[in-house]
Amino acid sequence: MPHKIVNKNQLSENVYRIEVEAANIASARKPGQFVIVGISTEYSERIPLTIAGADADKGTITLIFQAVGKSTAEMANLEVGDSIDNIVGPLGQPTHIEKFGTVVCVGGGIGNAPLLPIAKGLKEAGNKIISIIGARTKELIILEDEFKAISDELTVVTDDGSYGRKALVTEPLKEVCSRGEKPALAVAIGPTPMMKFCCLTTKEFDVPTVVSLNTIMIDGTGMCGGCRVEVGGETKFVCVDGPEFDGHKVNFDLMMKRMNAYKDLEQEALDKYKEHRCKIGLDK
Amino acid sequence: LKIPPQEMPAQEPDVRKNNVEEVALGYTEEEARLEAMRCIQCKNAPCVEGCPVRINIKDFVGAIADGDDQKAMEIIQQNQLLAAVCGRVCPQEIQCQAKCTVGLRYKDPTMAVSIGRLERFVADKFLDNDMTPKIAPETGKKVAVVGSGPGGIVVAGECRRAGHDVTIFEAFHKPGGVMVYGIPEFRLPKALVQKEIDKLIKMGVKLECNFLVGRTRTVKQLMNEDGFQAVYIGVGAGLPKFMNIEGEQLVGVYSANEYLTRANLMKAYDFGKGADTPIARSKKVAVFGGGNVAMDSARTALRLGAEEVYLIYRRSEAEMPARIEEIHHAKEEGVKFLILQNPKRILGDDKARVRAVECLRYELGEPDDSGRRRPVPIEGSEFEIEVDTAIVAIGNGANPLLQQTTPGLKFNKWGNIEVDDNCKTSIEGVYAGGDIVLGAATVILAMGQGRIAAQSINEYLKSG
Ligand SMILES: Cc1cc2nc3c(=O)[nH]c(=O)nc-3n(C[C@H](O)[C@H](O)[C@H](O)COP(=O)(O)OP(=O)(O)OC[C@H]3O[C@@H](n4cnc5c(N)ncnc54)[C@H](O)[C@@H]3O)c2cc1C
Ligand SMILES: Cc1cc2nc3c(=O)[nH]c(=O)nc-3n(C[C@H](O)[C@H](O)[C@H](O)COP(=O)(O)OP(=O)(O)OC[C@H]3O[C@@H](n4cnc5c(N)ncnc54)[C@H](O)[C@@H]3O)c2cc1C
Ligand code: SF4
Ligand code: SF4
Ligand code: FES
Repeated sequence: MPHKIVNKNQLSENVYRIEVEAANIASARKPGQFVIVGISTEYSERIPLTIAGADADKGTITLIFQAVGKSTAEMANLEVGDSIDNIVGPLGQPTHIEKFGTVVCVGGGIGNAPLLPIAKGLKEAGNKIISIIGARTKELIILEDEFKAISDELTVVTDDGSYGRKALVTEPLKEVCSRGEKPALAVAIGPTPMMKFCCLTTKEFDVPTVVSLNTIMIDGTGMCGGCRVEVGGETKFVCVDGPEFDGHKVNFDLMMKRMNAYKDLEQEALDKYKEHRCKIGLDK
Repeated sequence: LKIPPQEMPAQEPDVRKNNVEEVALGYTEEEARLEAMRCIQCKNAPCVEGCPVRINIKDFVGAIADGDDQKAMEIIQQNQLLAAVCGRVCPQEIQCQAKCTVGLRYKDPTMAVSIGRLERFVADKFLDNDMTPKIAPETGKKVAVVGSGPGGIVVAGECRRAGHDVTIFEAFHKPGGVMVYGIPEFRLPKALVQKEIDKLIKMGVKLECNFLVGRTRTVKQLMNEDGFQAVYIGVGAGLPKFMNIEGEQLVGVYSANEYLTRANLMKAYDFGKGADTPIARSKKVAVFGGGNVAMDSARTALRLGAEEVYLIYRRSEAEMPARIEEIHHAKEEGVKFLILQNPKRILGDDKARVRAVECLRYELGEPDDSGRRRPVPIEGSEFEIEVDTAIVAIGNGANPLLQQTTPGLKFNKWGNIEVDDNCKTSIEGVYAGGDIVLGAATVILAMGQGRIAAQSINEYLKSG
């Protein structure tokens, strides 16, 4: 059943927000869960995307995605009124939400999108939220206003200092952890290396840390094992056991290598797609 | 008995390993007639007992011999909704054909009447004939079928025929279950499965793809909130087993499910020619296992361009659970069989990509619980085989999702749903069958359970 796009806007250079019809998912979803999207049925890849928000009354969900490869680039070219053929979900375990006390939420780049609903949920459960959001450069900072609205404290950092503080997210994270009143929990979502270093930082202070992993997936139901990661020496499937895990136990190095499995082929697909769009004159 | 067994024409090995089209081409009229005449019409027809759905084999084969294929089709359809599928994928040599008098007389199962091939011949002949069954008057009762594998298809068809309002819920974006995402095109053309689905839709069955029961809605919600009076669970055995050996996390190690799903469902063989899902461009591939799943993986790897494919199996060839025909086809296509060997670990390079597998040689020892001789490793026999891809095809366990999300539903210790003889579960109104009950089994067994479950559901809804 096609899912109509009812809203679309661009958040930064390559990041888009779309609102699509998906009534069943809108009413069932909880923070931390994701969907798998296939633009068309015959040939499209199945790509996992976090549910960034939902409106159960309208029957829509919001997805925020970065155009990094062929499928996401193709999606970025869909407009309001266009449809996505397949969306399945909500998938994965919802975030464990309760009142912990103070929670530090760290987001990097597109990771801010999956982080937002979790931070929101934690806020609603009565936690004090300290948010740290970062990106390479000013244009890539997304959802700042949304984070401002739900955070008791917000720090924005960029790698190049073009906006906010010039730092990597791990710096303010370290400061927050060294304060007198240590946070009860950290949530870190972003590129895999960022999550790895956040976990190394919080480990020093014994602050339990939740990460949300974005491995390669196919079915999202536990059937293929393609999303497997090593957590605490055991094999886990991100799509059913996760996507959130105890960050201090995740084998990030192995995960990063697995995520590069299709680098060459992905580049090939993207190049072909771009070339094709240029030829038919659709690209701006 | 003077007529020799009729071989089924097939694509030449050198040709077919470069395409994904069906390997076995099916009998011609004449071959079918000759093959059917090999049946001696035994009085007690022992073959029927070998068929899990008890097709009246003797009569349908007799009808083909008489040249009345229409009648043969009608006989088959009394017990079998997916004849074109089962004629292709049933392990006939351990089912109907194992009991065939002709084969027994020669003490050679390959000499038996080729019942499966004949079934396929008839089914293919009438494939395009519109034989949509009659539907009883609407009962207003709603039946949910979870999973669109062969079991689910049968239940949906039978319950709809009884006049119920049937909806199939399928997690994937395409219906058909393992027949679509697992068994490759070259063995079972997807168009055949789609035909069966189309038939259901024509009968008025509703189909909701991209619907993961347990997550999108739970079984309880379907029953308590959405008004389904009965539910059939046919979710298959979707949990890949790994070997828990060193190196299984390396890049280039796939479960057979992942490999086959990428290749079949996502059409990775067309990557760059339309399809967006990539798959490893392998040169040398090792497949671990000896069942149909292993054969399918090995033969798929060849079609994706691998130069060398090794099938590594720890028992001997006689013990391989794969269908004889598939073993034969795999060998013809050049898959190298390494029997009585088993991987000990998978070795990687500095980028964590598969570089080789280290194997141990085995010998056969005393028989184990299954009656097969237990393979015992020979100490110190380690050796390496250079490969860039490894596919683990040692079977599937039960997916735990429904267990986690359906309180009150009883499972056994392997995670399979417990049912009684009528395929009824521990929850009133909920029935189950196929691989989620039997463990990884076969298409025809899943269909057999589907029939039983459908009968129970129709009975239950009559009283309810
Ligand atoms: C649980 C989960 C939640 C996610 N949430 C978001 C989100 O909210 N917003 C967002 O922009 N991205 C999210 N991602 C990542 C997103 O799925 C990938 O960026 C997308 O699949 C890339 O597809 P592509 O064809 O455009 O790029 P490709 O060219 O295929 O790949 C580009 C990059 O994406 C990674 N990738 C490729 N295929 C997949 C796949 N099937 N699953 C995951 N990563 C893949 C590759 O490692 C590569 O680095 C999430 C991933 C997971 C697992
Ligand atoms: C590679 C391979 C080769 C095989 N070869 C043969 C062969 O040659 N001959 C033979 O007889 N058998 C063969 N089999 C076995 C045979 O395919 C299975 O026994 C049979 O398909 C099981 O049928 P089923 O009805 O249990 O459902 P399945 O075919 O297992 O389908 C289950 C369906 O349910 C869906 N599903 C799962 N969970 C949910 C959920 N929570 N909500 C909604 N939908 C869900 C799945 O996506 C799937 O589509 C093979 C199996 C494999 C993997
Ligand atoms: S359904 Fe399978 S077992 Fe039964 S007769 Fe046909 S091929 Fe033989
Ligand atoms: S057992 Fe063989 S020979 Fe006898 S009726 Fe059946 S198919 Fe014919
Ligand atoms: S995506 Fe297939 S098992 Fe997780």
